[in-house]
Formats: sequence, C-alpha cells, structure tokens
Amino acid sequence: MKKFFSLGLVRGLIWQIIGTGIGVGIVILIRILMGLPPWKAEPATVFGALLGVFFFLAGVGAFTDWFKMAKGEEVEEMPDESHLGAMRYFGVSLDHKVIGIQYMVFSIILMSVGGVFALIFRTELAETGMQFLSLIEYNTLMSLHGIVMIVSILVGIAAIMNYTVPLLIGASDMAFPRLNAFSFWVGVPSGLVILSSLFLGGFDTGWTGYPPLSVRAPLGMQMFFLGVAMVGFTSILGSINIIASIIRLRAKGMNPFRMPIFIWAAIATSIISLTATQLIGLSFEMVMFQRLFGMGFFDPVKGGNPILFQHLFWFYSHPAVYVFVLPGLGIISELLPVFVRKPLFGYKWVAMSSLGIAMVGFLVWGHHMFTSGMAEYLRVPFMYSTLLVAIPTGVKFFSWVATLWKGKITFPVPMLFVLASIVVFLLGGLTGPPNATISTDLHLQDTYYIVGHFHDTLFGGFMFPFFAAVYFWFPKMTGRRLNEKLGKLHFWLVTPAFFMLSLWMMRIGLLGMRRRIADYDPALQFQSFHQVMTIAGFIIALGVLVFIINLIWSAKKGEPAPGNIWNSRSPEWQVPSPMPVHNYGRQFEVVGEPYDYGLPGSTYVKFEGE
Amino acid sequence: MKHYIIVAILVVICTVLVYAGLNSIGLLPVQASAQAVSIDNLFQIHIGLISFLFSLIVVILVYSLIVFRRKKGETGDGAHIEGNTALEITWTLIPLLIVIFLAYVGAYSLGEVRRIDMTALQVKVTAGQWYWQFQYPEYGITSTELYLPVDRQVDFQMSSTDVIHSFWVPEFRVKQDIVPGQVTELRITPTMLGDFKVQCAELCGASHAYMEGLVRVVAPDDFVNWIAGQQANVVVDPVLQGQQLVQQYGCITCHSLDGSTKIGPTWKGLYESTVKVDDGTTLTADDIYLKSSILEPNLYVVEGFPSNVMPSFSKILDQTQVESIVAFIESLK
Repeated sequence: MKKFFSLGLVRGLIWQIIGTGIGVGIVILIRILMGLPPWKAEPATVFGALLGVFFFLAGVGAFTDWFKMAKGEEVEEMPDESHLGAMRYFGVSLDHKVIGIQYMVFSIILMSVGGVFALIFRTELAETGMQFLSLIEYNTLMSLHGIVMIVSILVGIAAIMNYTVPLLIGASDMAFPRLNAFSFWVGVPSGLVILSSLFLGGFDTGWTGYPPLSVRAPLGMQMFFLGVAMVGFTSILGSINIIASIIRLRAKGMNPFRMPIFIWAAIATSIISLTATQLIGLSFEMVMFQRLFGMGFFDPVKGGNPILFQHLFWFYSHPAVYVFVLPGLGIISELLPVFVRKPLFGYKWVAMSSLGIAMVGFLVWGHHMFTSGMAEYLRVPFMYSTLLVAIPTGVKFFSWVATLWKGKITFPVPMLFVLASIVVFLLGGLTGPPNATISTDLHLQDTYYIVGHFHDTLFGGFMFPFFAAVYFWFPKMTGRRLNEKLGKLHFWLVTPAFFMLSLWMMRIGLLGMRRRIADYDPALQFQSFHQVMTIAGFIIALGVLVFIINLIWSAKKGEPAPGNIWNSRSPEWQVPSPMPVHNYGRQFEVVGEPYDYGLPGSTYVKFEGE
Repeated sequence: MKHYIIVAILVVICTVLVYAGLNSIGLLPVQASAQAVSIDNLFQIHIGLISFLFSLIVVILVYSLIVFRRKKGETGDGAHIEGNTALEITWTLIPLLIVIFLAYVGAYSLGEVRRIDMTALQVKVTAGQWYWQFQYPEYGITSTELYLPVDRQVDFQMSSTDVIHSFWVPEFRVKQDIVPGQVTELRITPTMLGDFKVQCAELCGASHAYMEGLVRVVAPDDFVNWIAGQQANVVVDPVLQGQQLVQQYGCITCHSLDGSTKIGPTWKGLYESTVKVDDGTTLTADDIYLKSSILEPNLYVVEGFPSNVMPSFSKILDQTQVESIVAFIESLK
C-alpha cells in the first residue's frame, strides 16, 4: 500500500483533488468577503480546476528539482533510475526514453477513450431517430471525440519525437530533461480536466467551440477550454526542447543534410507548435473570460465580433493539422528506405518540402472560413495560398513512389502500415483541393465530406505512421519484437474498414449529409451507409484492441530481438536492444549518408574506438 | 524501358476507370440552381484531376510492390539511386501549373456564383435556435416556409438572433453562415420546380439536427397566388397568433404539445399546473410565471431540465406576442 502511494502519479492525483478543493474554497471565501452569495458554480469550478492542475504537478514532483535549484541545493544531473524497474514509468523521470514511453501509453489510453466515444455515437447514428442518447449527450460525445483524439495525436507525436530524436541525433538525452518531464506531466491533469466536462453538463459546440454558442453552453465548456489551454503547454514546451536538442546536441559530422529525414519533420513540426499553439489557448481563454467576467470580446452587443474568434482559432488549428501529419510523413520517409533497401529518393527535396508545408501552412487558415461571413475579398487570396500546399505535398508522394521503384521490397508489419499511410494520405490529399477552390467548398463546408477528408489525412498522416513507428521501434524499447501474426491481423482489420468508413463519409457528405448532427432525415436514405460505417468503426476498434493486446503480450513474452532486426543503417540499431540507460555511452561520428542502401562498404555512423 | 511503358498504359486505364466509376454513381444531389451549374463544372475538373493523380501514384506503388518485391532467396539491396534533380523540378513545376490553373478556374467560378442580378427578389432570413423565418419586405409578409419563384435570382439578407447558423439547401449547392451582429448575403437562382429543405449547416446547439425548413420552388404565377393568400391571412385571434409564433420561433422544437418530453417541459396541461423548479421550490404556472419563463428562461428552471439551453426572448418578442403565446399555452390546458 505504501508502495502504491509512493507512485508519483497517485500522489499527483491526490494532490489534484486537494488543489481543486482549495481553489473552490478560495472562490467561496472571496465571494463571502465581497458580500456575494457564496456559491457560484462557474468561477469556483474553473479556479478549482486550474489550481488542481498546478497541485498535480507539485504532487507528482515536476517542480521538485527546480525548487531545489532555486534554493541553491545540488540536483543530480543524470540520475540512473533503472533500479526502479517498471515503477519509473509512474513518476517523474528525466530519461527521454522513459518519457517517450509514458507519452506513448498516455496517447494510446486517450486514443481508446476517444475511440469509445466515437463508437457510442456511431451506434446512435446507425438508425435514424434518437435511440439511446439525448441530443446534448450526442453533441458532448461528438465534441469530446474530436478534442480527445486531437490531444491523443499531440501526445502521440510527442511520444515518437521524444523517444527517437535524441537516439537519431546521437545525444544522451534531450537538451532540457526537467522541462521534458514537465511537458509530459502537465498533459495528464489537463487531460483529466477536459474529460471532467463529461460530468459537468457536457458541451454542445464541437471541438471548435465557436462563440456565441460556446458562451451559452453548459459548464462543461469551461473545462474543455481550460483543459485545452493547459495541454497546450505540452506542445509549446516540448517543441522548445526538440528544437534546442536538434540544434545543439547533434553528433559530430551530422550536418543538416546528413540528419535522418525524420529530424527535419520534427523541426518543422516543432516550429509550428512553438509559435502557433498560443493562439488556440488565447482564443479559448478569451471565451472563458467572456463567460466569467462578461468581457465582450466576441459579443456584437458589446462591440465584439464572433468572426474574430474563428480567425484566432484557425490561426493555430490549421497549422496544427501539419503538426499532426508532418511527423507521420517523416516516419514514412524514414522507414521506407529500410524496407525498400534503397536510398530515399531526393533527400534534400523531401527535407525542404517539410519546411515548405510548415511555412505555407501558416498562411492558409482562412480556408476554414469561406462561408463564415468574413470579408469577402479575403476568400480568393486564401484559396491561392491553400492550393500551394499541394506542391510540397506532391513532392513527398513522388519521392516515395520513386523510392519504391527498383527496390527490393519486403513486407514486415511496419512496412505494411507505411504503405497504407501513403495510400490513405493520398486520398486525404486528393480530396483537399475541392475544399480549397471556394465555390466547390460552398457545397462541401460543414458536411461529412469534410469529416471523411480529415479522417483520411489524420489516419494517413498520423494513425498509420504511428502504428508503423511503434512496430518499428518497439524492439528498441523492450528488446522484444511485436508479434507479427497479431500485427498482420491488426493491419488487415483496420485498413479495409477504414477505407470503407472514410469513403462512405465523403460519399454521403457530397449527397447532403451535414456534419455534427445527432439525427438525420430518413428521406435522405443514408441509413444503410451509416450502418456500414458503424460496422466499420467497430472493426477498427477491434483492430486497435488486437494492437493493445499485442503490446502488452509482446512486452513480456515477445520474441527476443536484441540486434539490428530491420537491418537499418540508423545509429540506434547499431547498439543492442533495449537501449542502454544513457543511450550510446560513447560518441559516434557521421561518416556517410543516412540512406545509402545499395552502396557497398558505406556506413552512416562510425562509433568511437571502432 | 519495359516497366515505364507498362506503367504508363496502366495509369491511363486506371484513370479512365476511376473517372467513369466516380461519374456513374451520382456523386452530387440534383442540380436545382443556376449557381450549381458553375460549381458542378468545377467539381468535374476536380474529379478528373483526382482520378489521374490517384491512378498515377497508386499504379506506380502497386506495380513496384509486385514487380520489385524481394523474391525468395534473394539477398542484397535495391538499386543505389539517390535522386534526380530534373525529375524533382518536373514534379514541382507541373503541380505548380495545375495549381495556377485551379486557382484561375476557382476564382472564375466564384465570380459566376456571386454574379448579382439587380432585379433579384428580396428575402430577409432570420435564423434562431431552432427555427427559420423568412420575410418578404416587398410584400410585407412573414413565413416559416420559403416560397421562391423559379428562374429568378433571390437575394437573401440573413441575420441571426442568437448563435451562428448556416443556410444550406444541398440542391442549390451554395452555403452561407449567419452571424449574430451582422447581415450576410447569399444569392440563389432556383431553376427547378419542387420541394427542397433548407438545413442549418453550422452546429448551433442541441437541436441543430432538426433545424430544417421547407423550400418550395414554384412557377411565377403560383408565387403571386401564394403571396396574395398570405397577405389575406391576417391573424387576430391571440391563440391562433400564438400558434403561428411558436412555430415561427421554433418553440415547439423543444416543447411538445402532446405531453411527451423533449429538451424542455411539455406544454400540454402546463397552464395553472404546479411545477417544481431546480432550487427546490414549487410554483404555479400562471401568466406571470409563463411570461417570465419566456423572457428570462434561466430564472426558474424546471427540475430535471438543463439550464442555459433556452435563449431569452426579451429582445425578440414584444408584449402582445408574449401574451399570444401564453394564450396559446392556456388553450392546451
């Protein structure tokens, strides 16, 4: 029992409850002192939840080293926590590999929660009329599905970047290990705050939270705003770490064009997260203040403007799409040469295309607002900038198929997921331009076509590459490989079902199915489509369940894989698995190109003393 | 060389098949407005491009997977090809040209869709949670159903009483959000007789799914007749007026008239009944209570129902209108 309470996570949760209580108490006290009625739910809950997040961080120990430093005490620079065994995953650890795995598990938990929400409302949609959900419950589940999946994706890319970036650049850890731990741990209480909205009346606005609807929504809305604003710190602080590590900690000889291609994707993603995330936090805080203090930022009666919110919101939330997909595209480019046994075609072009997508991505947010009532002259320039994204994205596709050409292709599970990523992301990409040319978007905006389109981009750009990355690097984490049979079962369940789901979404969207509706007119005759989509949704869930079982089973009983099982040139595969505590323990020097497969006698890295 | 020829032929075949397939299944609803013509033409260009680019990538990918897979017993790596600058420039420039072409046709199509006819019929659209209301200022009438004469442009001037809504008739293609605090414009020229549905396309709260209204496109003569009928139909009885108002303002989306529970309490038998509100007290649903519940809905929320759902109607309805609605509720006793 004592051991249980010594876990950082448990301590943090207890502290969070205490902190929330104290926050509620403070608000009541202030109201009594001001002579107001003591209880008002909204300010009390918001302040309580905010304080709860900080108390969690204090309880888990994310501040401990910083407090010690402030007092002038010594802190251990690179503590060896390996004697803690599995326990170190439940508390603050400074090891980027531990944090990477913490992120990964957290991401998979959120993915499962968000997926269950989807299954519930998909079941409701299988028939017209309302069967077992109320309208507000439907809207809440639909909104939470969106935001929980988005947080899961942000956490998922943090998982991959945290685990692999220091390994790929030959560093012993991230540039700022304590900040790294803080970035992870701030996500946990924030995630709980978001989920708590389920029990505080829910919210019926979708994940976009547009005012004035979000100003009138139930109390759960505030928990959503607060949770998202706080979880933003994970992205902002995490990306500082990635950028600093890549600039400062690269191995000798690793000039920019000899970095593994995934590093370019990580840099591009981090630039966006570092500079744009603030805007979504800001826009959400402004609505929070409008609700709490009556500040009329978006209230036309008080001189505010509802469209302003949409500009602020999409200024982050569109580039965020590239935050979600660039690491995934990086994984495709990183893994493809290993399984094709050929160099990545046009390395420099692929690297630059990541930066190109990131830069153009900042200038396109208005395409979410073609029907919004923003100034009409803004529509055409946003169409031009949006279409430009197609060019660097096209470069990636052409480079991938050119990499496949004349290779010696093998098909282990990670490669299967890489190939599925390419095709699914291709569908997502090709269905994009009709949303960019304004007049066609006037039909498509706010329909299931959009829903299908972005599920394609996010599955192709994140979900499938994430699976590929986990199958690929799992032996590095555990020393054992994931079961191939279960992996293939996972693949063959998820992929065809997903095609069915997203193609049918787009099909009924074109025919007039609006998005975010709890019920649809039987006269439209969409019921059979919805039934197929619901079945497909459950098959995808079954596939993910197989994946989770595989992770748990293989971590203990999987086939041992201590060596370079993929025959990769990358440095992390030149040392035994699982990765030693402080990574390489000795320096290596980059002496060749990263992907010179097929060039006899060449190596990418040379270790000290070899 | 053999590989390139086979792939080229397969890409052509695949493009034709995908294009024909997509066009044969009927991707879009019927075309019922002049604006839809220009939009559908642009869709056609997109479908062509999608068919070609999809085939190009997928054919090369699948071909490579089959032809360049590692055969049994084979060891060693693939060909050492690092890249080809000329190819990279080609597949940067050709998409750039396609993008410029799309940008041109996209802007042109928008111009067509937004073409203004000075003789357009004026219709003022008011959207609220959860109802549509249409005013014909030239004729001084208000209706919950949208009657439109065929082949004449309609100029919709749209405003919202509460949150953001969006006006969309799929058969007309075009869509426009309706934002509180401003007037947005949409122009549609219906070209097909028949009944359609206007749907709210922007999530607007609990009953968003049900925010639909009838759109009836009629011949010009029938339109004139309908106008005349509406103008003759002036209501004086407060109960009848109340009945019209509760339809116009969508009250009955949430409040049933037959005793069933929707988002709000039913009105059947409500008048003069005893209600329990969420602070624990009980009240009688008299005229004063009912009026205050319309004007300040969150003052007394009936137990078991969520607060902050119903908007205040204090700035929307005038004194007489509120009284008519109460009279209507009384009639349901």
